[in-house]
Amino acid sequence: MDLLVGQLFTGLSTGSILLLAALGLSLTFGQMGVINMAHGEFIMAGCYTAYVVQQIAGDAGVSLLIALPLGFAVGGAMGLVLEALLIRHLYHRPLDTLLVTFGVGLILQQVARDVFGAPAVNVSVPPALRGGVDLLGVTVPKTRLFIMGLAIVAVTAVALVLRFTPAGRRIRAVVGNRDLAETAGISSRAVDAGTFFIGSGLAGVAGVALTLIGSTSPTTGQSYLVDAFLVVVAGGLGRIKGAVVAAVALGATQAVFETYSTASLAKVGVFIVIVVFLQLRPQGLFTLRTRSLA
Amino acid sequence: MNTIALTCTDITVDFDGFKAVNGVDLELARGEVHFLIGPNGAGKTTLVDAITGLTPYTGSVTKDTPGTGAVELRGKKVHHIARTGIGRTFQTATVFDNLTVAQNLDIAAGAHRTPWTLLRRRRHLPETVTATMDRIGLTGHADTPAGILAHGQKQWLEIGMLLVGDADVLLLDEPIAGMGHDERETTGRLLHDIAADRAVAVVEHDMDFMRAFASRVTVLHAGAVLATGSVDDVSTDPRVQAVYLGTKETADAHTA
Amino acid sequence: MNRFFASRPGTWAGFAAAAAVLFGLAPLVLSGFRLGLLAQFLCYAIVAVGIGLAWGRGGMLTLGQGVFFGMGAYLMAMHLKMADAAFRNGPGAVPDFMELAGIRELPAYWAPFASPVFTIAAILLLPTGFAVLLGLAVFKRRVKGAYFAILSQALAGAFAILLIGQQSLGGFNGLSRFRYFFGYNLDDPVNQQMLYYIAAGVLLAAVAIALQLRRSRYGELLLAVRDAEARVRFLGYDAANIKTVAYATAALFASVAGAVFVPIVGIISPASIGIVPSIMFLLGVAIGGRATLLGPVLGALAVYWAQTTLSEQFPSGWVYAQGLLFVLVIALLPGGIASITALAKRIPTKRAPAEAAA
Repeated sequence: MDLLVGQLFTGLSTGSILLLAALGLSLTFGQMGVINMAHGEFIMAGCYTAYVVQQIAGDAGVSLLIALPLGFAVGGAMGLVLEALLIRHLYHRPLDTLLVTFGVGLILQQVARDVFGAPAVNVSVPPALRGGVDLLGVTVPKTRLFIMGLAIVAVTAVALVLRFTPAGRRIRAVVGNRDLAETAGISSRAVDAGTFFIGSGLAGVAGVALTLIGSTSPTTGQSYLVDAFLVVVAGGLGRIKGAVVAAVALGATQAVFETYSTASLAKVGVFIVIVVFLQLRPQGLFTLRTRSLA
Repeated sequence: MNTIALTCTDITVDFDGFKAVNGVDLELARGEVHFLIGPNGAGKTTLVDAITGLTPYTGSVTKDTPGTGAVELRGKKVHHIARTGIGRTFQTATVFDNLTVAQNLDIAAGAHRTPWTLLRRRRHLPETVTATMDRIGLTGHADTPAGILAHGQKQWLEIGMLLVGDADVLLLDEPIAGMGHDERETTGRLLHDIAADRAVAVVEHDMDFMRAFASRVTVLHAGAVLATGSVDDVSTDPRVQAVYLGTKETADAHTA
Repeated sequence: MNRFFASRPGTWAGFAAAAAVLFGLAPLVLSGFRLGLLAQFLCYAIVAVGIGLAWGRGGMLTLGQGVFFGMGAYLMAMHLKMADAAFRNGPGAVPDFMELAGIRELPAYWAPFASPVFTIAAILLLPTGFAVLLGLAVFKRRVKGAYFAILSQALAGAFAILLIGQQSLGGFNGLSRFRYFFGYNLDDPVNQQMLYYIAAGVLLAAVAIALQLRRSRYGELLLAVRDAEARVRFLGYDAANIKTVAYATAALFASVAGAVFVPIVGIISPASIGIVPSIMFLLGVAIGGRATLLGPVLGALAVYWAQTTLSEQFPSGWVYAQGLLFVLVIALLPGGIASITALAKRIPTKRAPAEAAA
């Protein structure tokens, strides 16, 4: 029983971390079809935002509260610049976008290395989030619970924005049919920029949250990126709920593999599970079925 | 001898509850240029997608080939269906832009080639390729990259690719879209020429072109067959007139 | 350059000139140390030839060539370690790094690599077979474009992590310190030069194979699949098989390159085959011209030469340069250097693959 609850919790926890990292991607990749390899570096920027804020503010609790919105702003601003300078001009070349943004990611990593140094830095956890809580006989770290909560809040916020705000409706309209939306007077350029801002901002928030459970180095973001992409691929493009289910499922898969083998085999296991899964559902869990060529 | 080449029975395509094609029966006969018409969203292209294996459906499609008999196509893969002799074109002519006209046709002629043949260089063009280039009027463009052909020439090339591939059921999606008057005439004659020993189905919006060249017409509306028959039968059908009220203007707009 | 190669005498003259430079000129003018470096770059160039085929001609953005490079390299390295151990302590002895790690028994999967024949067969067949299986699994289900790129990248990540976890493959440090290569002492400069010749020969062979594939009907078909996969399928071809051939060929080239790389460089570790090195393989290909025959070769040689020359003096600057090159070349010059001449002549060639949205 304890083992099962423990595993379930580990799965959910890993899943919520994956989800936080992948949520922004499910907007930029899932909704816009842009493969932004620098997304990981936006996460890394969020981590360093938390670090810098804490150097200045001192108090861990206060600085976390400042860093969360600031991380969103930093990530979002970087996303806006990237979109305006490069991605906007490459919408019809998705694979080239991947390589271009990889180059951007390399540069951003080196900037971090030059500014903060290559060794990892640590952000101290606010006292309120230290220690654990007993849940059904298992001790659960509070930081993990906080990240789960944050993931739920972020997903809900994105879903609500997409569904109920005028901006969200515009995003969905452009995703559904770019040309039609243009004719209806929606500036798809503004919508793309807006979507990218939100998606990249979420990466910044994820970065701030990740400092609670690990140290920060220039390559921090990169280590989350591939898993985050897998979540979006497995979840199906264009669907937030796909990303949620896929993140939890991948988190659970990894947790199970890790229990019965090693962490390194778990990675391989997750990869095999995804390849097999794509045999069954090549378009991911949830798809927008439309009439289209191939 | 208008033998039936393709029989569709009770085809239904369901897009998450929306029935894009709903219980369609259709027969395509050799020797006929069979037009599929209908307003936008009537399910014409979706029907072609279903027959060619792109879209899952319920019902049955059987292909009759002299000598081999009837084969059920439902559930087969796209390339297997193509190999039974079903060829299709797309709304926007899809050819290999970076290859020459001759190379395009040579590829289309070679689906049955062995790996060994594929791995060697082409020494000379197969006879069917040169003959077809002649037939579609592109002999002078044999070494032209397909990407720089005129719009109409691309459509002809795509039809030519089906011919060299030995397709005997041709499903053509708007083959005269964007063509000028002379080009349409040429295309119409080409369609009748190739229909001599094949079944040709044409998805079209252009009513004048349909009246001029259709041997038979099927009208689709909201995913279902509204009427089938000769041009005269169909154009006097009151239900068709109801759906097509004001069609003349639309057709003119389309032409212009 | 490609036009030159279009004619048969041109081809032979081209290969003769390349052979003269590689086998005659380079060993004359380069010191042993520099020749060793060139041999290393030639290995990267072999990988690049394969990427040019799969990505440039086939449109498959393979971000995981490090996996196949690594397979070839580790398979070769296992044999070299076994041979060293046998030389010191007799047949079936445990390699030195395992003794240090406290492994007393030789793991069962190591045993066959005592045989040179088995090792060479494994280098040729294992990665290629794996690529065929993976390619069929992925392409048959029409997983392509961005999906394929991400999967191939995830594969590289998983492979590197898997290797780090294997103490019996040297873990994080990988395998190093090889003394003999099929009986030849690796400390002997003459044998180092022989390794250079092997690398050069393999590169010429890879280019020849790629050339034949490009000129054959298969090459036209591959281009057709890149530009309009659906059209190819509706003509009755199984597009998955066509793509798998190019993918597996690229895997074979990468594997052989890895196998030659190991005795030349003397070490293989997870750090040189993970996600980042795998994408780095693409930089030279993109710069040289992804869809051309020789662009990837020259691009790879130039990039790795620059890396070796610059990264020690300007470690930080070189990373910026790499990043900028990715951005500038891919965004502004997707056809690579090779497209400049075409642009200059204002010939309407569309080199960049038209990528279907995923």
